[in-house]
Amino acid sequence: MTETSVGQPNSTAILFFFVFIAASLAITWWAARRTKTTEEFYAAGRAISGRQNGFALAGDYMSAASFLGIAGLVSLSGFDGLIYSTGWLVGWPVVLVLIAEPLRNLGKYTFADVVSFRLKQTPVRIAAALGTLAVVAFYLIAQMVGAGNLIKLMFGLSYETAVVIVGIVMLAYVLFGGMIATTWVQIVKAGLLLGGAALLSLLALARFGMNPATLFRAAAERYGEAVLAPGKLVSNPWDAVSLGLALMFGTAGLPHILMRFYTVPDAKAARQSVFWATGLIGLFYLMTFILGFGAMVLVGRETITAVDKGGNMAAPLLAEVLGGTGFLGFIAAVAFATILAVVAGLTLSGAAALSHDLWVSVVRKGHADHKEQLTVARIATILLGAVAIVLGIVFKGQNVAFMVGLAFAVAASGNFPALVLAIFWRRATTAGMVATIVVGTLAALLFIYYSSTIQVDMLKHASAWFPLKNPALVTIPLAFAVGVIVSLLTPEPSALEAYDRKERRMILGEPAE
Amino acid sequence: MTQHTLHDLVRLRWRMAIALSLLMVVIYFGFILLIAFNKPAMGALIVPGLSVGIVLGALVIAATWATTFFYVRWANRHVDGAVARLAAGGSTR
Repeated sequence: MTETSVGQPNSTAILFFFVFIAASLAITWWAARRTKTTEEFYAAGRAISGRQNGFALAGDYMSAASFLGIAGLVSLSGFDGLIYSTGWLVGWPVVLVLIAEPLRNLGKYTFADVVSFRLKQTPVRIAAALGTLAVVAFYLIAQMVGAGNLIKLMFGLSYETAVVIVGIVMLAYVLFGGMIATTWVQIVKAGLLLGGAALLSLLALARFGMNPATLFRAAAERYGEAVLAPGKLVSNPWDAVSLGLALMFGTAGLPHILMRFYTVPDAKAARQSVFWATGLIGLFYLMTFILGFGAMVLVGRETITAVDKGGNMAAPLLAEVLGGTGFLGFIAAVAFATILAVVAGLTLSGAAALSHDLWVSVVRKGHADHKEQLTVARIATILLGAVAIVLGIVFKGQNVAFMVGLAFAVAASGNFPALVLAIFWRRATTAGMVATIVVGTLAALLFIYYSSTIQVDMLKHASAWFPLKNPALVTIPLAFAVGVIVSLLTPEPSALEAYDRKERRMILGEPAE
Repeated sequence: MTQHTLHDLVRLRWRMAIALSLLMVVIYFGFILLIAFNKPAMGALIVPGLSVGIVLGALVIAATWATTFFYVRWANRHVDGAVARLAAGGSTR
């Protein structure tokens, strides 16, 4: 086993960590002076370019789970990690062709704007806000728990201290800098993460004559040819298909991703931003594969599992082997920045649901001036920041991958079907859309509760009533069917009449008046 | 007249969106089902170090890139012009 300094306070890591915090606060200070209206707070004044938003989307999406988690999974189980890498990418063309442009043209700040367009505001917004908050809560738990564990491992801080630090730093820049600061922190982070991963991959490949096949062969020589073939991850095909559906369609229902499309000036820029995001995220997932195999060969599985059973430290350990403690410190700080930025995006989208959907549209019926909206948005941000810290501490020790899977299942079963039906189907009605979100979200939660993950793995029962680990295979079709049937049973003439006006705005991006 | 072509554009975009979404479904679930039902074939080596599964996985990522590239080029060429014409027509009504 190789010696490692992972888990001990590392001066380079702490230096980079403070440089990053100082840089984010500088961005926040700069952004705060530009954040005077709700449009600037939620949507960065719609002045972000397509390419910038592509980097920011990639930053929002490439969480620590993908950087550390997938690299770790590949280092321990080889080929099976690739199933996740591809699954997390294939949802992006769906976001591009179905959602991005109509969303930009029809909405203002949240995806509820789009679902409730031409329908009755109050019921649809309440349902959509609940769908948003459910996804945000599960995703936040995953990120905060991951943050606590990682920072504990990398800087030697206690888990609780780590969670509180992430919460407070994130709050500072969301609260004062709003979407402008969140976007630029996201862009900087995406650049650092891609740059760090690229450098790490190149250094790893340099040991193998710059040829990935030589690296894979070295892995096969050390741990057997099984590492290049599918292992036990996909044993039940139905499970695999169901998980795949959740990953593929869940991306198009993640509130913090959807919210990013409001930061660009028009539909064309929204389209370009997905093009950039897909390119960057795909490149990143290709690199995690090199990182995983690189860590398997150069660090060794024994050392990786000795530091962390789940393999999460594979990429930082590889950095230590290739570039010493200094490089380890840099990669650790990048991982920290990654978590911070994703948590900020999530908090902002949750705050928008609370303040824009629930307070301004439901409680105040749309009659709230800009000052009030901004104040409520900031109160909602503080509330969510506090919730994030509490959730992080309460759910200490929970399985992070499971929570992310839950968030994707809920997003794919509730938010995604409602968005597609509301955008593309003329006969969609208020009752139909409420039923889609409520049934899709609740069914996803219920089936997960009755799956073997909770019943057998957590509650130690002998068997589980629901046969699939991920419910998407059942709940996505169920949510669509419920939405269609309820809409057909409750015709809504006003919504039908408004469809042409909506279609016009969806294409032309301007009010029909 | 404007209304008619607007509907046409909506329908054209909808068809393209469905076709490309289905394409991604076929590509990704084809890959997953191959893994589920034919593990030995996926583990077969093309050259030492490179298994069929790894190559196909990289190809899934490449296909995702190709699909987004194709759609963006199509929309830039065929949708933006039509939208601009419709917007111009709409303002002179």
